[in-house]
Parts: sequence; C-alpha cells; structure tokens
Amino acid sequence: MTTATLDAPAATRRQRRFNAKHILRKTPVRILIAVLVLVQLYPIFWLIMGSFKTQNEFFAKPTWALPESFSFDNYVAAWTTGNLATNVVNSILVTIPSLFLMILLGVAAAYALEVMVWRGRNTVLLLFVAGIMIPGQMILVPLFTAYFRTGLTNSLWPLIITYTVMGLPLTVFLMAAYFRAIPREIFEAATLDGSGMVKSFFYIGIPMMRNAIITLALVQFFSVWNDLLIALTFTTKKQLQTVQVGLLSFSDEYGSTQYGPLFAAISLNIIAMGIIYLFLNKQIMSGLAAGATKG
Amino acid sequence: MNSVLGDKRAILILLGPALLFYTLIKLVPVMWSLGLTFFTGNPLRGFQFSGVDNFVRFFNDQQALQALGFTIRYSITVTVGQIVLGYLLALMYVFVLRNQASWVRTIVFFATILPTVAVGLLFKSLFAFGQQDGPVNAGIEVLGGTGIDWFSTGAGTFAVAVIMELWRSMGFFAVLLYAGLLDIPEETLESARLEGATGFKLVRYIVLPLSLPVLLSSVIFSFNSSLKVFDTLLALNNGGPGTETTPLTLLMYRTVFQYGDYGYGSTIALVLTILCFLVTLFIFRSARRDNTKVG
Repeated sequence: MTTATLDAPAATRRQRRFNAKHILRKTPVRILIAVLVLVQLYPIFWLIMGSFKTQNEFFAKPTWALPESFSFDNYVAAWTTGNLATNVVNSILVTIPSLFLMILLGVAAAYALEVMVWRGRNTVLLLFVAGIMIPGQMILVPLFTAYFRTGLTNSLWPLIITYTVMGLPLTVFLMAAYFRAIPREIFEAATLDGSGMVKSFFYIGIPMMRNAIITLALVQFFSVWNDLLIALTFTTKKQLQTVQVGLLSFSDEYGSTQYGPLFAAISLNIIAMGIIYLFLNKQIMSGLAAGATKG
Repeated sequence: MNSVLGDKRAILILLGPALLFYTLIKLVPVMWSLGLTFFTGNPLRGFQFSGVDNFVRFFNDQQALQALGFTIRYSITVTVGQIVLGYLLALMYVFVLRNQASWVRTIVFFATILPTVAVGLLFKSLFAFGQQDGPVNAGIEVLGGTGIDWFSTGAGTFAVAVIMELWRSMGFFAVLLYAGLLDIPEETLESARLEGATGFKLVRYIVLPLSLPVLLSSVIFSFNSSLKVFDTLLALNNGGPGTETTPLTLLMYRTVFQYGDYGYGSTIALVLTILCFLVTLFIFRSARRDNTKVG
C-alpha cells in the first residue's frame, strides 16, 4: 500500500533526535508557529465576527472591532431571503447521488480491470486514467448542447451525471491500485466455493475495500461540493443553483450594500466544512494527499 | 479457474456501466470538442466550417494572448510558491516541531478543504479598500502606510490571487511533502550526520535529493491545478480589472456562454489541454535527464 500515511512513530523518533539540537531555538519556533496559526485562522475569525455585525457597524466601526451583539439576523437573512436554504438542498441532492454512482461504478470497474483477467484490460485502464488530465473545459460545450437538447437542463441530472463521470478516472485509478494490493487467491478461493465474480464483488470486494471507499468518498465529496464550473454551466434556473453558484450570485445581488448576510453565508459554508474537518481531519489529510500523488 | 476470473458476463456487468457513462459523457464530448475547433458559430446561428481559422485567430487575438500569458504567469508563481512554502513547512514539521507537529499540520491544512468561491469572496473582503476597508488595508494604515486599492490594478489583483492561493493550499502541499520526507530512511540521515552533515548541509545534500520524486509529483500536480484556475479569480475580481486577470478557463467560458462562439471556445479549451500535457511532459523529461546525470 502506497497510501501517504501520517502516522507518528517515525516522526517522533526523528524529532526527538533533533530536539536536543534545537532546544535553544525554541522561542523563535514558537513565534513562527504563532504567526502561522494566526495567518491561517485570523481571516476566518474576522469573517465570523463580521457575520454578526449590523450594516452600521460595518461602516462606522474599525474593521477589526468585535460585533456589539451576537444576533443571528444575518444568518436568518442569508438562509431565507438569500436563498441559501434552497442552495444547500440542491447541493445535497446533487452530491449524494453523484458520490454513490461514482463509487459504485468506479469500484466495480476497477474490480473488473484489476481482479479479473482478460485481454485489453490494461488499455481500458489507461483510457480511464488519461481522463485525469483532461480539463473540464474540454467537455463543457458538447455536454451543454446535449443536455439542452434532451431537455435535462430543467433538472439536477446534468450535474449528477457530469460529476459522476468526472470522478470516475480518479476512482478507477485509485481503486485499481488498492485491488492490486490484495492477493488474487482470495477471489480464487471464493470461486472454488461456487461464488460468481459479480457475487464476489459485492460480498468480498466491497467489504474489503471499505476503508479505501470511505477515504475516496471524502476526497470526491470535496471536489463535488466545492465545484463551481460544472454547476455554473449547467444550472440555468435560480431554483437549481448549488451552494457555490448561489454564493457567487449572492454577492452580485446584494452588491456592496449588504455585508452582514454575505458574511453569514460565507461563514456558514466555512463552518460546515470546519465541523466535518473536526471529526475527519486525519482521513481527509491522508486521503487528499493520496489522491494527489497518485493522480 | 481462469474461466471464472475471465467471465465475460461478469466483466460486462461490472465494467459495462462505468465504461458506457465514461464514453458518452467524457470520451465522446472530448472528440466532439476537437471537431468543434474547426468550426465557428453556435447551435442557434448554425456552424460554418472554418478550417484552422480558430487557431490563427487565437494567436492574433490580443485577449487570448493576454489570458494565455496570465495563466502561465499565475501558474508558475503559484507553483513556485506552493512548493517552496510547502517544503519549508514540511521540513519544519519533521525537523523542528515535536508534539505540536500534529495540531499545527491540522490547522494549516484546514483552508485546503474550504470552497474556493467562499475563499475568493473572503479575500475580496480582507483586501477591500475605501469605504469598507478590510483588515489588510486597515493594518497598513495603522502602520503608517496608505491603503492600497488592490482590485483596481491587474498587478494588485494578481498579488491577492497568489497570496490567497498560497494561503489556501500551502498546508496541503506541506502534508504531501511531509509524507515524502517521512519515507527517507532514518539510517541514511544517521550516516550523513556521522559524516558531519548537519542543518542546512543535511537538507541540501541529503534530504533534498532524496525527496525529488515527491517534489516532482507535487510540481506536476500544482501546475495542472493552477493552469485550470477558475473559481477563485471569478469570485475575487471577476477576472478584472477589465480582462487583466482573466485566465484561459474564464475566457473560454465567456467566449462560449456570453459571446456564443462554441468553436472558438473549444479551441481555447484545447489550448489549455495541450498546455497541461506539455507542462507535464516537460517536467517528466527534464526530471529523467537529471536522474541520468546523477546516475
């Protein structure tokens, strides 16, 4: 398994050895860490403080002043009149089916390409992998035409279909690598017991890959949820906008006048990701790193 | 045995759906886009065959060349920044930090998973100027300087875009490169230390050469994602002022969906795709040359 592991033993061993040498430099290091953390977190803190400010405070008070009261008026405004509620529902309705389809199709394909033995499987694998490098712009125009002609543009289907397919190359590529690490004898033993390959896939392949699938789902979740290009191109109606598209048009509609609701909308986006990160940061970090080095 | 592992029906069931979707939604559209590059027009006006006119037009089009130049400048600046900052952070994680390493890593990584639109809008406010000064300009004024109207010039917007991208992704590259540093065998470092290599020397002559493979894949990943930059620049300053910070992706989007020229838009997409392939190829080749030199 070549997954990027972030486990501690090797690190601590190395760090301990270096520690004696660097103990005199502890203070500069602490300052460095403080600056680093401040640079990373202050913008988010400032944003969240801003989300509680009234319009008057934005103009009358210095920009770093704390809000006078913690009222959720801006959040209510963003959620209701700012359309954020609709956008969140749309994003969920798009993300869950996309992830499900992408992973089911991708893992099955990787299984057929890596566990099963047949001529031409390497060529097909290469065909999938080549897709990793092709930018979304290369498929945008034909898909727009096709979705428009088939009348799909009035639904969320164009997004679901496109995300599913755009996620396939990385899914197939990573899962093929994971399947490669499993001894084929396991599947051969299952066939001796009379299990067909499709049955083995559901009863052996998927359960064995559970952790890899969860990691992959996390990686793909962020790429689908955070996407703008596809969502912007294929959503023609306001009721179909996802969170990212809504956020972009949010600032247009309110212009430079309504800072509070805009800050609240951005804050909600960031806080939601923060909550997910709080629980899953280890898996997210190793998953994204694995996705990048292999892709 | 092999007849079960090569069961045609099972292959069809497992691989069929993924391959069908992938062909219809990815491969066919890519071919279709390639074909469109020889035409001008759109479905409403009709298409006229124009041969290689689109390519000739691209290299005489002031706006296209500006977008190409901007994309390359942006990509190089961001890649250099991401790799240098990421590597410095990774070195710090491994050699300087002890128990703090884990939580510092986690905090610095967080920005990576934030929606790029949200980050773009956040930085637009952070660097805002005038009536609603952001903390950056407010800070400059407190220190006795005069605030900068970042978004009124191309250079200012470029600077903010690069700072924003580095803020967002340096934690990611740090984790990526950190995983590579952990793979360096402890014995190698130990023997180098016995030979008298410490501090900077150790990094320069031992650690750096040994982390070349992971640096290489990071550079490729960084280039490929920064060449495709879209969301952040759209959210930050709408590609402006004017079209000064419009990358190829955004120019392509506008050419197709605002000016209705599907053929020329596809040509821009193709140029972007070729650029991605060329850069990857170039980095691979130059890396191989380096390896033979060392060997």
